[in-house]
Amino acid sequence: MAETTTRELLLRPIFHRNPIALLVLGICSALAVTGKMDTAFVMSVCVTVVVACSSFVISLVRHHIPSSVRIGIQIMVIATMVILVDQILKAFLFDLSKQLSIYVGLIITNCIVMGRAEGFAMNNPPKASFIDGLGNGLGYGFILMTVAFIRELFGSGSLFGVEILKLTSNGGWYVRNGLFLLPASAFFLIALLIWFMRTVDPDQQEKN
Amino acid sequence: MGHYLNIIFTSLFIENLPLAFFLGMCTFLAISKKVKTAAGLGIAVLTLTAITVPINNFILNDLLKPGALAWAGQPDIDLTFLGFLIYIGVIAAVVQIMEMVMDRFMPGLYNTLGIFLPLLTVNCAIFGATLFMVERDYTFGESVAYGIGAGGGFLLAVVALAGIREKLEYANPPAGLRGLGLTFITAGLMALAFMGLGGLKLG
Repeated sequence: MAETTTRELLLRPIFHRNPIALLVLGICSALAVTGKMDTAFVMSVCVTVVVACSSFVISLVRHHIPSSVRIGIQIMVIATMVILVDQILKAFLFDLSKQLSIYVGLIITNCIVMGRAEGFAMNNPPKASFIDGLGNGLGYGFILMTVAFIRELFGSGSLFGVEILKLTSNGGWYVRNGLFLLPASAFFLIALLIWFMRTVDPDQQEKN
Repeated sequence: MGHYLNIIFTSLFIENLPLAFFLGMCTFLAISKKVKTAAGLGIAVLTLTAITVPINNFILNDLLKPGALAWAGQPDIDLTFLGFLIYIGVIAAVVQIMEMVMDRFMPGLYNTLGIFLPLLTVNCAIFGATLFMVERDYTFGESVAYGIGAGGGFLLAVVALAGIREKLEYANPPAGLRGLGLTFITAGLMALAFMGLGGLKLG
């Protein structure tokens, strides 16, 4: 891919080829951590770091990996990165790592990371793979933050834990909408987001 | 016995992996167009969780936990930080062995499930079941019950979703909502329905 510029590599996965909205990858964890902005933010950062670093490492050793065991090797690289991220979180942000519970570990099986390793890093030089990983992580983060913004604002009337809409329980006017805190609302919000993105960009629509 | 039944029941309906914790979403959404393939996938997941959760439980309790290596004269070693690497390795290995065993002894079943098996190594539902087992500190017996319940929950949800999607083939949604969007809304409604079972307890 000599003709694609760094800028394109970085920006394309965020809007045009968003890993969640278009390719249906990595939604497993995307929905579960979006009840609050801060968990969604930490999760996006973790995934971005893991996908960028593991793409970089896999791309570095791509000529030495026999293709019959490549999946196993990719998983081992990714798992090592995730263990590093997990240990750092536990050391410095213990409360948040408790809230994210098993979802940090689940980054290993996040299809975005595997998908980028298999689909891009195996055939491209390290620097391009790193940027591509970064872009995909940001595309994932973009959806996550959008959903978390809506869920926390309407569900708890706050953003990043700071009260924005004054709740009736604190003498304010806003009655919290409990539906947005339920898992089901994440499904609906992502559906609406996909609907919106596909209406703006009809190329992404599925054929009958 | 009631305790184990309760674990199975809770993980089947109330803490359903795809609908309450969003685990295994990628395969859940991708392979639910036809009831038949969905059932095949669900049975593969059920078998895998029923095998891997107890194995990982055994490894955690008897090899990784602080003091677990006392029998080898190393009571101070704490290997829990290696957990992720080992669990995913176990899952990958079991998938590989299952594939070979089925190919040799049950060719019919292999032809139905075969295509899903390699996919399942990176299925969040299977890995997630193991991680929940670790987080909740289950004993070996409980982990067997949880493995069966968690996989059964996935089977139930994916077959139900496939049934609904087969009917939706005849619907005419707005172009942007076609396919993925509509599936998400369906899954959301199913999640709401499953929540109605919350709080139920056996015995």
